[in-house]
Amino acid sequence: MEMQTVRFYQTGTFTVGNRLLAPHERSVQAEAQRANALTSGHRACQGCGEALGARYAIDAAMRATGGKIVAVNATGCLEVFSTPYPETSWQIPWIHSLFGNAAAVASGVAAAMRRKGTDDVRVIAQGGDGGTTDIGFGCLSGMFERNDDVLYLCYDNEAYMNTGVQRSSATPPAARTATTPAMGPEPGNVFGTGKNVPLIAVAHQIPYVATASVANLRDLEYKVTRAMEFRGARYVHIHVPCPLGWGSAPADTIKVARAAVESGLFPLFEAVNGEIVSSTKIRRRTPTADYLRLQKRFAHLFQPGGEARLAHIQAIAERNIVKFGLEGTGA
Amino acid sequence: MLKQTEGSHAIAESVALCRPKVICAYPITPQTHIVEGLGEMVKAGELADCEFINVESEFAALSVAIGSSAAGVRTYTATSSQGLLFMAEAVYNASGLGLPIVMTIGNRAIGAPINIWNDHSDSMSMRDAGWIQLYAETNQEALDLHIQAFRLAEELSCPVMVCMDGFILTHAYERVDVPSQSEVDAFLPPFEPRQVLDPAEPVTIGAMVGPEAFTEVRYLAHHKQMRALERIPALAAEFERRFGRASGGLIRPYRTEGAETIVVALGSVNGTIQEVVDEMREAGVAIGSVAITSFRPFPLAALREALMHAKRVVVLEKCLAVGLGGIVSDGVRKALSGIQLNGYTVVAGLGGRAITRASLKRLFEEAGRDALEAVTFLDLNTDLVAHELDREAGTRRSGPTAEALLKRLGTVSARIG
Amino acid sequence: MDKPFAITLDVGTSLANKTGSWRTTRPVYVDRLPPCNDACPAGENVQGWLFHAEAGDYEAAWRLLVRDNPMPAVMGRVCYHPCEGACNRGTIDAAVGINSVERFLGDLAIRRGWRLDAPAESTGKRVLVVGAGPSGLSAAYHLRRAGHAVKIVEAGPAAGGMMRFGIPKYRLPRDVLDTEIRRILDIGVEIELNRKVTDVRAEREAGGFDAAFLAVGAHIGKRAYIPAGAAARIVDAVSVLRGMEGEEKPMLGRRVVVYGGGNTAIDVARTAKRLGATEAIIVYRRTREKMPAHDFEVEEALQEGVLIKWLSTIKNVAGEATLTVEKMALDDKGYPQPTGEFETLEADSLVLALGQDVDLSLLDGVPGLVIRDGVVEVGPNMMTGHPGIFAGGDMVPSERTVTVAVGHGKQAARHIDAWLSGGEWRPPARHEIAKAENLNPWYYADAPKTVRPMLDALRRTSTFDEVQGGLDEGNALFEARRCLSCGNCFECDNCYGVCPDNAVIKLGEGRRYRFNLDYCKGCGICASECPCGAIRMEPERN
Ligand SMILES: Cc1cc2nc3c(=O)[nH]c(=O)nc-3n(C[C@H](O)[C@H](O)[C@H](O)COP(=O)(O)OP(=O)(O)OC[C@H]3O[C@@H](n4cnc5c(N)ncnc54)[C@H](O)[C@@H]3O)c2cc1C
Ligand SMILES: Cc1ncc(C[n+]2csc(CCOP(=O)(O)OP(=O)(O)O)c2C)c(N)n1
Ligand code: SF4
Ligand SMILES: [Mg+2]
Repeated sequence: MEMQTVRFYQTGTFTVGNRLLAPHERSVQAEAQRANALTSGHRACQGCGEALGARYAIDAAMRATGGKIVAVNATGCLEVFSTPYPETSWQIPWIHSLFGNAAAVASGVAAAMRRKGTDDVRVIAQGGDGGTTDIGFGCLSGMFERNDDVLYLCYDNEAYMNTGVQRSSATPPAARTATTPAMGPEPGNVFGTGKNVPLIAVAHQIPYVATASVANLRDLEYKVTRAMEFRGARYVHIHVPCPLGWGSAPADTIKVARAAVESGLFPLFEAVNGEIVSSTKIRRRTPTADYLRLQKRFAHLFQPGGEARLAHIQAIAERNIVKFGLEGTGA
Repeated sequence: MLKQTEGSHAIAESVALCRPKVICAYPITPQTHIVEGLGEMVKAGELADCEFINVESEFAALSVAIGSSAAGVRTYTATSSQGLLFMAEAVYNASGLGLPIVMTIGNRAIGAPINIWNDHSDSMSMRDAGWIQLYAETNQEALDLHIQAFRLAEELSCPVMVCMDGFILTHAYERVDVPSQSEVDAFLPPFEPRQVLDPAEPVTIGAMVGPEAFTEVRYLAHHKQMRALERIPALAAEFERRFGRASGGLIRPYRTEGAETIVVALGSVNGTIQEVVDEMREAGVAIGSVAITSFRPFPLAALREALMHAKRVVVLEKCLAVGLGGIVSDGVRKALSGIQLNGYTVVAGLGGRAITRASLKRLFEEAGRDALEAVTFLDLNTDLVAHELDREAGTRRSGPTAEALLKRLGTVSARIG
Repeated sequence: MDKPFAITLDVGTSLANKTGSWRTTRPVYVDRLPPCNDACPAGENVQGWLFHAEAGDYEAAWRLLVRDNPMPAVMGRVCYHPCEGACNRGTIDAAVGINSVERFLGDLAIRRGWRLDAPAESTGKRVLVVGAGPSGLSAAYHLRRAGHAVKIVEAGPAAGGMMRFGIPKYRLPRDVLDTEIRRILDIGVEIELNRKVTDVRAEREAGGFDAAFLAVGAHIGKRAYIPAGAAARIVDAVSVLRGMEGEEKPMLGRRVVVYGGGNTAIDVARTAKRLGATEAIIVYRRTREKMPAHDFEVEEALQEGVLIKWLSTIKNVAGEATLTVEKMALDDKGYPQPTGEFETLEADSLVLALGQDVDLSLLDGVPGLVIRDGVVEVGPNMMTGHPGIFAGGDMVPSERTVTVAVGHGKQAARHIDAWLSGGEWRPPARHEIAKAENLNPWYYADAPKTVRPMLDALRRTSTFDEVQGGLDEGNALFEARRCLSCGNCFECDNCYGVCPDNAVIKLGEGRRYRFNLDYCKGCGICASECPCGAIRMEPERN
């Protein structure tokens, strides 16, 4: 992958910026003139990973398209914290319609752009995991299947946060949510449930699918940028910790996201036309327990009796590492 | 150009003449022929510069329409019955966002029991969704209303439903006059959106509004429809001037001069009603009728004007407000507020039951004698209902009502079309 | 656009919502003291000059370096680099090769002929420096830069002190030393060679010096009592090494025994090897772990064929060439104790490398001085008990290294400068040290330390060619870039990037950042993701 071939510098390409890199090799977020598509004054919680992920992704898309994007946003925290009347934090043309229809609305916008002869304006749909993997899944699949010219960004914070942290089909096993309390013989979310929408997207054989994390900005920007090189349906699924819902310290948002990636629980990969073509390698392997321990939603795992479930989660990570080839070097 | 053609096809042609840029739809009887016709025109290149999008649900259909309309292009969709309910959330959303989408409703009953035939339950369920609702009496009117609907929607930034009776109109072959493209172009200017998603002038559309401004937002939506009360007759008049025929408007009174009894109804049944009116007038009965074309906005003043001199008003409704009776009747009663006259609600034609001239005549005669119940179910099979009520009273686990009725009906079902 | 009320909004209007009011803790940019800077006896701003080197601006790097230490090419060869021992990178992979980058910069400066900055405007004050070792040279350089007239009086035939008459050529080529000394003299430092100062007070008076800095080093080889016959050839290490600078190389014979365990012992043994000794054996009382010589020097000596007898003392020399050696054993406190076991060694010469004493004769009769353990006491301002007489380097109590000597020279110069104008120099407040736990090392790319090339073994024992090579530009750059910039913002843009609220303002290159407290919610992500620990969260004051 591109960012790994960059010459060695003090911090390589891991930091947001690097004064030693040529300007075009710096991250979008390092630019003094970045779009700040989601600007200050929004009402996201302190340390919100979704707010951060959205700015990362949209700013990257802004750079990739020369500022020509329109975004369609599903209902959810991102929408609510960014656009309470009379103030909006968006600096781009943006529309919110419903919780479950962002992908379809975006299809409509894309069709309109084509008909207006302005299809240099690129269309982005975005939503939370609930709006994507559950209620919006039908529209998402339809948009994929028609190969509409839309980039869909899912900000996965692993539950319905805006309504107070209820389980979604992206909630991981064992996670405590308001609807999967840490009680009974199987506390938290049940093992063996949920769905992997990135892989389902791959199965649609759309031009481009990728997973990304707020913990790896360069990788995220690369993927959004790469996605913009394709026409047709594209999907980027971004892992965004939610301090409120996960019970993590606001300051730890990136740390938590990094641990998810470095433990193998959240594999970063890319797929083109239905084939996985690369995975981002783990740099410093982290035990899953180090990820889980940072979050109160998993606190019950560290009480007596949690060992087997901890081991189960570790096994999930290890399976990911093998399945997605997360260890080793190179692309 | 005069043509003998199917109603759905006439609508397809009419919509095509309006030069939509995006059409999206999901199939449901009896809407299918309309969108099939449009799909064919797009594929064949007859309807140039238009996207026809096959979506995965009605919810998506209207959502796509929301997107394309917000992005500033003329957008059309159509549905019926279950489909309209499936898109319900988006129906409210489209009007809330002020998007001038035009949608045809091929009116059909709502299940369960599932039923593909005509009544008005579907569009009536969305009567308060903020859309303008126009009901066509004939295929010609349906055709004409679509042309007027786009103009109205875009002038006001408000979506419009054109409702036409499923099968009765959609599938009927009738002679229609299809206007020329230049005539339509002269009436319907290119779409100039009120707001548009455009990187050159970015805006945030669809903000979250709290108690501090929500009432005002709602008031403004209402105000928009009040303006429509003026624009609808004006557009109908202009349409008549240009196209040489009367179509649309708020209401259409028929032989109401001196009428003691006036029948009020929506849609195609007005044709039958008018025939019965003619027949009874010939027999010296002072009867007339009023067709409501614009159900939303509801033409309170026009109706009051049309009905205030009658002795009684019979509102014939193709839907049922279960637990209340009539829906249209409510509005009519409101229009006549303070005026003492007898009002009757007649629920008729549910799920496609034929409304025959004979039944109507019998009904109007009873009305003339003021012998009607406040709420009447036209041609209700009272034996059947009584038997079923008995049966249900007898057994706790009585099973589904619809099946039981059909079983009992077996031999007579052919009578009900 | 005719925007519908409330539903459609003008972009960016949330700027009216000042979310800074949510904050209970606020981020503050801090500068912490890098441990390398802290550890450098010469007080070099190591991180500072590495910063320029990282960008390939070697001249800027060199110029910053020589503000503290005028002899980088020498330092890059002989400094024992305590900075590297303190370097936080050591906790990640291996310490940054600060010393090798310093040498690279020093050598590059020599190649490019960079000159030291001209001195400040003349103050009209005159300062006497006694001794042209590293300490004297350093003091002279700093005093001269401050605008004082400086004169060095040096007893030897050339400047350099132990750098010339102690440290062997194969570690410090003399052309390097000469160039760096010349550069100091070139800024207008006067030097008089071959004259030993015998009475400092008289010297000061005669020359009209307002102050004096003494840096005479420690040159008198310590002796140990070893019964020996008259024929035995017993010499001291400093003399041997000094002899290496003369026309006649010392005659040590084919079998050389060196007695002692410091760096001098190693140097002399390695020198003996190069002079043709077939056997060079170091006899040392204690174990390798206890040896004061640096491990890398022991290692290099062993590679060159030097032998070491641990836990041994020399009892006597019989005849011309027979040494009696007693084996020692460590007691439970770790001290060597005699065992009564003896063996003999044949040696053509025995070199004593047991440390050096200071020749304090020039201070005879100076009132106020305190001399303890053979060295002169100085205050925190480097002044002896006698007003106006300052001292540093090996002659004062401290570690005896070139770097410490240079550091003393610099400090003394600052104090002298202040003292001359009747003031007192106060060192700037020290920031708290940037510790490894302040860092977020995830952000640093994996980068193993660059190994400097070594001369091959054969040439190491047959010539006095320099053993250790330098870095080339490519790997010097790489090595510089391994610096973590502990505790000081290096403008990586992390805070600017990771703030979910865009509450960090980027001020532009070289100007760092500012927090926009109107919007900062105090989440603390910036602080936890700052790679170098330059942000601290503080409770919000209400
Ligand atoms: C063999 C050996 C190897 C070493 N290797 C290293 C090493 O690798 N790294 C390291 O950091 N340190 C090393 N050291 C220690 C280091 O050299 C000294 O600590 C350092 O040189 C002390 O500096 P100085 O200026 O105090 O004294 P010196 O370097 O000793 O200089 C004193 C100068 O004063 C002159 N002088 C003395 N008396 C008078 C007088 N009365 N009048 C005028 N001039 C006078 C002398 O001639 C001499 O030039 C080594 C020492 C030795 C002996
Ligand atoms: C049709 C519908 N059902 C439910 C809701 C309530 N609702 C609004 S946001 C939300 C949760 C959003 O969760 P997610 O999509 O994961 O986004 P997040 O808030 O976690 O970022 C829910 C359930 C709604 N607005 N619309
Ligand atoms: S609840 Fe979670 S996702 Fe929502 S604003 Fe707060 S931190 Fe962000
Ligand atoms: Mg969520």
